[in-house]
Formats: sequence, structure tokens, C-alpha cells
Amino acid sequence: MARLSDENVRLAKEIIARYPRSRSATIPLLHLAQEQDGYVTNEAMVHIGELVGATSAEVLGTASFYEMFKFEPVGRYLINICGTMSCALMGAEDLMHHAEERLGVKLGGTTPDGTFTLERAECQAACTEAPCLQVNYRYRFRVTNDEFDRLVDDLAAGRLDAEIPPHGTVARVRQRVAADRVVGAVDPELVTESPVWLDGKAAL
Amino acid sequence: MSTTEIPATEGGAPEVDPNAVSITINGRAVAARKGELIIAAADRSGDYIPRFCYHPRMSPVGMCRQCLVEVEGPRGPMMVVSCMTPVAEGQIVRTDTPQVKRAHEGIVELLLANHPLDCPVCDKGGECPLQDQAFSHGPGESRFIEEKRHYEKPIAISDLVLLDRERCILCDRCTRFADEVAGDALIHFTSRGNNTQVLTFPDEPFSSYFSGNTVQICPVGALTAKPYRFKARPWDLDKTESTCTTCSVGCRITLESSRDQLLRHQGVDSDPVNWGWLCDKGRFNFEAVGSADRLENPLVAVDGRLTETSWSVALRAAADAIAAAIRDGGASSIAVIGGARGSNEDAYAWSRLAKALGTSNVDAQLGDGLPTAVFGYRQATIDEAANAGTVILLGPDLKEELPVLHLRLRDASQKRRSRIIEFTPKASGLSNEAWKSVTFEPGQQIAAVRSTLTDTSVVSQLNKGPVVVVVGRANLAESSDLTMAALAAIMELVPQAGVLPVLRRGNVRGALAAGLGAGDAVSILEQAVAGRVNCLVLVGADPLSDVPDADLARRALAAVPHVISVDTNRHASNDGADVILPASAFGEKDGTTTNVEGRVTQLGRKVTARGTSRPDWMIAVELADLLGIDLGAGSIREVHDQMVVTQPAFSNIDRRRLAADPDGVVMAQVGSAPIAPPTPSVPERPGFGFRLVVSRKLYDAGHNVANSPSLAALAPGAALHVHPLDLGRVGVGEGARVKVSGARTSVIMTIVADDSVVRGTAWVPWNQPGGNVGELIDATALVNDVRVESI
Repeated sequence: MARLSDENVRLAKEIIARYPRSRSATIPLLHLAQEQDGYVTNEAMVHIGELVGATSAEVLGTASFYEMFKFEPVGRYLINICGTMSCALMGAEDLMHHAEERLGVKLGGTTPDGTFTLERAECQAACTEAPCLQVNYRYRFRVTNDEFDRLVDDLAAGRLDAEIPPHGTVARVRQRVAADRVVGAVDPELVTESPVWLDGKAAL
Repeated sequence: MSTTEIPATEGGAPEVDPNAVSITINGRAVAARKGELIIAAADRSGDYIPRFCYHPRMSPVGMCRQCLVEVEGPRGPMMVVSCMTPVAEGQIVRTDTPQVKRAHEGIVELLLANHPLDCPVCDKGGECPLQDQAFSHGPGESRFIEEKRHYEKPIAISDLVLLDRERCILCDRCTRFADEVAGDALIHFTSRGNNTQVLTFPDEPFSSYFSGNTVQICPVGALTAKPYRFKARPWDLDKTESTCTTCSVGCRITLESSRDQLLRHQGVDSDPVNWGWLCDKGRFNFEAVGSADRLENPLVAVDGRLTETSWSVALRAAADAIAAAIRDGGASSIAVIGGARGSNEDAYAWSRLAKALGTSNVDAQLGDGLPTAVFGYRQATIDEAANAGTVILLGPDLKEELPVLHLRLRDASQKRRSRIIEFTPKASGLSNEAWKSVTFEPGQQIAAVRSTLTDTSVVSQLNKGPVVVVVGRANLAESSDLTMAALAAIMELVPQAGVLPVLRRGNVRGALAAGLGAGDAVSILEQAVAGRVNCLVLVGADPLSDVPDADLARRALAAVPHVISVDTNRHASNDGADVILPASAFGEKDGTTTNVEGRVTQLGRKVTARGTSRPDWMIAVELADLLGIDLGAGSIREVHDQMVVTQPAFSNIDRRRLAADPDGVVMAQVGSAPIAPPTPSVPERPGFGFRLVVSRKLYDAGHNVANSPSLAALAPGAALHVHPLDLGRVGVGEGARVKVSGARTSVIMTIVADDSVVRGTAWVPWNQPGGNVGELIDATALVNDVRVESI
């Protein structure tokens, strides 16, 4: 827990090198930190600040703008139940009550074993499939109470490991850009000619 | 349209200013400049537009939306944010239409939706832009009847500043200041939407040297300063304008008092100097003026004990001591050191008295500055430095010594006006800003200057525009000869450069120009040790904590038979004095002061002098009287007028101009470029040793900070700082106690790793509580080396 691991620092440096300004890498590095610990720790934010040349306050300011960065431990599976109009009409409240009872936590809480965190979410853009929920941002549609129980059982038993990685995982296959394919990062101040799209027909 | 006639050029065609833009505001023509914002043009034309986030010294952000105005567009009038919209030729702006009024009222209503309206208990109430503009531009009542947002109030975001998030309107002024101006982005907006709030990172306080400015520019009462909280209501404050003399930048300030007590300093926007900014030391050290430690009555030594007495007895005792000294050892056995803490007139009166007595043993510096020869080079102003193509820094860390000059140079670099080439024995607050930051081991600066400034890319940079050299004493543990030789090397390579000498103490420039620079403090103290000084007058000087060579200061004070101290406080150096005469402090006396660039400005008097204390000049005049000398001046005005006549540097200082222009007058240049000194030959650093670097931190054990309760705890404390890789060389861990040995003696210090220190050198902050680094400094040595051993 805490600061980025050596392996992740190596990755972080690779990511930073893709940008003309190192602080542009702040958000990708926050994802990396969240992937490492399941949430973004204060120590990781300090570390990211050091890596990109920003103060910790600036890193926190950026990170806290985004709902999907968590600053307190969340369960291995984050279950977001949509409560916006369509889902609400199709029984989301019931589903939430059922989920609370099934998991033994209130909305916003985490089960004592650290497996599940339950949250109420705003519209997930699946209104035709209401009520819907997401587990670590993977959809489940038209969820009934029984289906919810089965989902929880499957997750707890590890039967969905192949489909749903632990919370914070950005990608299971990391994209690697070969050194000769990296486009040189140029400091914007050093660019003198105007971009091609500003050049009217020449851009076509 | 403007009716002023445009002067015709020789060809007959009118000269067109390519940057002139003419716009119309509320039907009247306004001449504006290209790139100017509508709100700035409207300010000049007298059409006030309400605003919260806009600040003329910071970049516009359009956060608060209060400054909406109407601009005529192709499809009729449209609302624009006047702090984000630049003027354009022919633009038609209206700030007074019903639509604009509606918009202003709407924004005020929205801003007040979450504002607690706790004005009766708010420090800002009475001088609050939100309160004022809610009255002038608000709707009068709110439709918002729901529960307001609640936060814990207030929370401390630093030792000096408290934040009340309920009052905050999220204008981005403080956060913008911290990032853009101060360069300490330690506060930031966090979260979003209705939860957006200004916060620090957990356990990383907003410990910026400039944090007080955020309190001043906060347009609501969200940020309050601990030293002023609940001390007064704005309408009870009485103000006068003055110049801060904490350091020599000379920031313009207001002295604000209530019930004859200084309660607050606020920055005044002086365009050539401080742009409205202050450092926290200058802002909050008014506490020292009202401190309980101030001397109220004269003291004379009776049977070795200092006893309170009357002025007549004390002045007589002082006069007797001086007369006895002359009788025993002639006039040259009298020495005056100090004078840099007072006004020009104070310093001048003392220099006149010394001259009349027949001694030239006077020095306003305490072996911690530079020889006066530095004023012989063509002098540059702060503005010249902050607009030069290249600034060469050969001096102390400006962030620690002259913080607002640091801000001006930082701004020059940030806005890409200037490139900074820095020569420093330790990474400074500007190192990250510098185009080139060259660190050197003390003694190597001349070589560093020569090799850097002859580099092809540097030469072409130096040829691009004006060059200003900012020169000061970067290291108290080395001789000033090294700085002067390095400066001479720079001037040889860049002869066209102007020089801005950055001597730190409040009015040191003025004191030297007023005549208190004839001698040299170190040689005066050496003479004292040799028994040739019979009477030493300390005018606001504390050699035991100000002279780098502690041993020299101690032996000198022990050897002098008579010590007369003119001071605001008791300190180690006047403990053994024959007479202590209480002096009036800053804010208690009139006069003029001179800043680092030679700018003379008027000081303001706001509170009654403490006890029976008197200004230094008056003490000099009275003492002269008792000694049968007529200084020819009986009032501060007469002292001033005489100074202007006799001291060439003050010859262009016109009292009427000073009174009319708060920005003051830059004094005349006196003297010509000094002859380059020979390059000193520096001894090799012994392989086992560290070369000592000693420099100041903003907060130290000086009486200004020590007597200001809000600041005293901020002094970082004494410790030996070495590069992390050198820590292993000593064979101890961080925080260990080590024995540090100089040529004369050893002291025990705590060692810490610090990567701003150059390898092979050891850095110790000067004059810290509990510090004794002066024991390791030999003023006669070119450089000082120390050995560090574990104990």
C-alpha cells in the first residue's frame, strides 16, 4: 500500500514520456495508483506529484474532480445500482433495499470482508435495460432480486473472475508502444508552424 | 471619438500607434490598448463593473461571472464576461442597461445562495467586496429558502491563515495567487459541483511565505489571518501609508491601527516595487512594535546593573562616556555601528554626530553585506531587473531574504520576459525558474562565472537585450571579496549590465548614502579587540547575533569600556551596555527610507511612540547638544533638508515630490565603477572537510520575528544540512547529533540531509533559535571549512 511500486514507477515513467508535459500524465498515473491499491492513497498522490512535478494539492485537486477515483478503501467489487428515472420506475429502489439486506451494508458501505462496496449511481445510460447496475463498471441489465443474489454468489465464489477484474484494474492487457513507434513529444512552446487543420483546404 | 490632434510625422502622414484601440463604453469613447481587457478599460474610464475573481495582477479566469457587460455584436447586444474579453477596435460596450443590471443581480443572488451572511461576526464585514457589491449590484433579497451548504468553520490551512469554506465563493483568487504568483500551489480546488472547496493536501499546510496575500485579496471573509482575527472592525481602523522596512525591498503598505495599537499591514500596489504583494514576515511583524519586550525608559548601568532612569540622566551618562572616550583615546576611539533599521534622517543625524566628533569609524552593515564600492557600478532598479532580457543572480536566495523581489523576478521569468542565470552555493527558490542555475563551492564562483558566461549560447542570450546583475551576499561564511571579484568578472564580460545590489537590512542603502558607510564593521570590531575603541555606539545593532564572526563580536564587546545602545529592545549585545536609550520603532516615527534600488519613500507614523522612546535622530541631536556640538537641525524636516544638501546621493530628493508620489524618487547615482579587485586565491578544501555555507532564512531569531508571537514559531531552527550522498560520508543517519569543528572551535549540531545543498559543502541557516554557527566563522578567512564527526 502507499507509494507506487518499483514496477509501477517504471510504468509511470513510460507513461510520462508519452506527453510533452509531464503533468499531463497525472490522470493515467492516478489510474495506475488505483489499480495498485484498489483506491488512490494519499501516499500515492504525493508520489505522483513528485513524478510529474506538481504539488500534492494539485494532484488531489485533479483527482477529486472525478467520481471514479476513490480515496478510501473500496471492496474488491464495487456495485453501482442506478437510481435515475428509468431504473427508479422499474424498481431500482427495491433492488437497492434488497442489495442492502443481502450484503448487510448501507448504500456507500463496504462488507466487513472487503469484498463488496455498494453505491447508488446516477444514470448509466442503459435506460432501456432498467433496472441496471454495474460491477466494477461492467453492466448487468434488468436485474431482479434473484439475479442479484446469484451475481453476488458468483462473484464471491470467483466464478466471474475472467469477466470482472478487481476494482481499479484499468486493463488486463497493457498496451505497450515500441520505442520506434513513439511519436516524439514536443514541447508546445517549441512548435512554431500552425497546425495543419488551421490551414483550410490544405488540410484536405 | 477622441479629438486630440495626432502629431504629424515628417512625411505628413499621421503616426499610427499599432497598439491603440478605441472602443465606446456607455456611449463615451475610450482609448484602450491592444490586448487590454474590457474591465480594465472600464476602470480607467470610470465605469465601474462589479467583480470578484478579476485581479489586475493575475491572469483572468472568468470564475465568478459577476462582471457581465453587453457588447454590441452582429446579432445585437450580447452578454460577455468583461474580465475575459479583450477590447477590439470599434467595440461598443454597455455596463448600465437593464439587462446588465438583471445579470449582475442574478449572479449576486446565486453567489449568496450558499453564503452564510454571518457578516456581523466576520472580519471582512465593512470592507468586504461581496457585502459592498451585494448592496450596490445585488437584488436586495433572495429567493433561496433551502438549507445552505455547511462545513466545519474555520479550519487552519497554515500557521497563519484560516479558511471558512462556507463563506467562500470559489473565485479562484487565493489558489491562483498560490500557483501563479507565489509558486507554492499548496491550496487547490478539490471535489466538484456543489462540493467544490479550496483545500490543502492532508497534512501539507499552505506554508507559503506569501500566504497573507491570499487573505488580503480574498473578496469575502473566507480567508482570515490569525494575527488579525477579531482584533478590530474595519471601520474602527485608522490607516496611513508607509513603506515596510523589514527588508530592503521597500514594499508600500498601509499601517492600520485601532486604539493606538498597530493591528494590520496591508500591501499597497506600488507599480515599481511590490505590486500589492507582501511577504508574511513584513505583513505580520507589526506584532514586534507592540511587543511587551519593548524598552520604555532609558537604562544606565549602576554598579554593573542596568537601572531605569530619566532621559536627562541617561543622555548625560552617554555624553560623559563619549567625552571620556575622546579624552582617553581621541575621537577615532569612538565607533558607531548600525543605523540600517531606522530612517534616512536617523542615519544622517548619527553620521553627522560621528563626523562632528571626528571619527570615521561608522558602518551601517555588520560584516554581513558588501563593500560600498558596489554602488559605483551603473545601478539598476527593480523594474529594470524584472524587464531585463537576462538577469544574472549572484547573491542570496531572494525568496528568503527579499521575498517580494523574488516574486518580481519569478514573474519576469514566468511571463518569459527574462531569462535568469543563477550562480548560487545552494539551490534557491528561483533555481527551478532559472534558465541556467549554476551551483558552486564557495571560492569557485569566479571560475563558475567565467566558464558559464563565455558559453556560446549564453553569450548570444546576453546580447539579446538589457542585462541586470542582482548581487548580494550569498554566504556569510565567506569573504565578500569573493562576491566582489565574481561581480567584477561578470562586469568584465558583460560591461553593459546594470547592477542591483541586494543588501538585506531595511534601510541599509539609505544609511550608507546618509554617511554611515565610512568605516567597516569588521575592522572596527578588530580595533576594539586591540583596545583602540573606547566607546562603541550601537544604533539598533546587535553584533552578537548579526556579525557572522561570533568570536570577534564577543571579544570586541568585552574589550570596549563603554557601550551605548540605541535600541527598541534588550538583547545580548546591550546587556553589558553603560547606557541604553529606548528608540521609537517603525510605525512610531516620521521620516524617509531608501529601498534596495535607492528609491526614497516616505514613512508613515501611525501609533504613539512606546513609553518615553524617541526617534534615533532626536537622540543624536540631543547627545550632540550635551557634547557642545550644534548639528544645525532641531526637527526632522531640518535634518532632512540638511541631508539633501550635504549628501550627494540624496541631492535629487525633493520633499514635495516625495509627498506627492507614494512611489518615491530613485536617488542619484554617486561614484563610478570600482577598479576590478585582484582574483583572490582560494585555498583547496581539505579532503575530509565540508566547505561552509551560511545564509539566512526568512524567519530567524532576529528581534522582529522573535517578538512577533505569530511568526516566532516558524523559524526552522539550526541544523547542519548536507547533501544526502554526503551523509554517508559522515557515517551517521539523518537527525543525528554531530560535532562540527572549524578552525577555532567545535559545536554540536543536528545533521540533516538536504538535496538543495551542493556536495562537499555544508549549509547552516543563520541566526536561528538555539543556533551558534557564528562560532565556526572566521571573518578574516576567505572561506571557512568544517570537519564533521559523529559523536
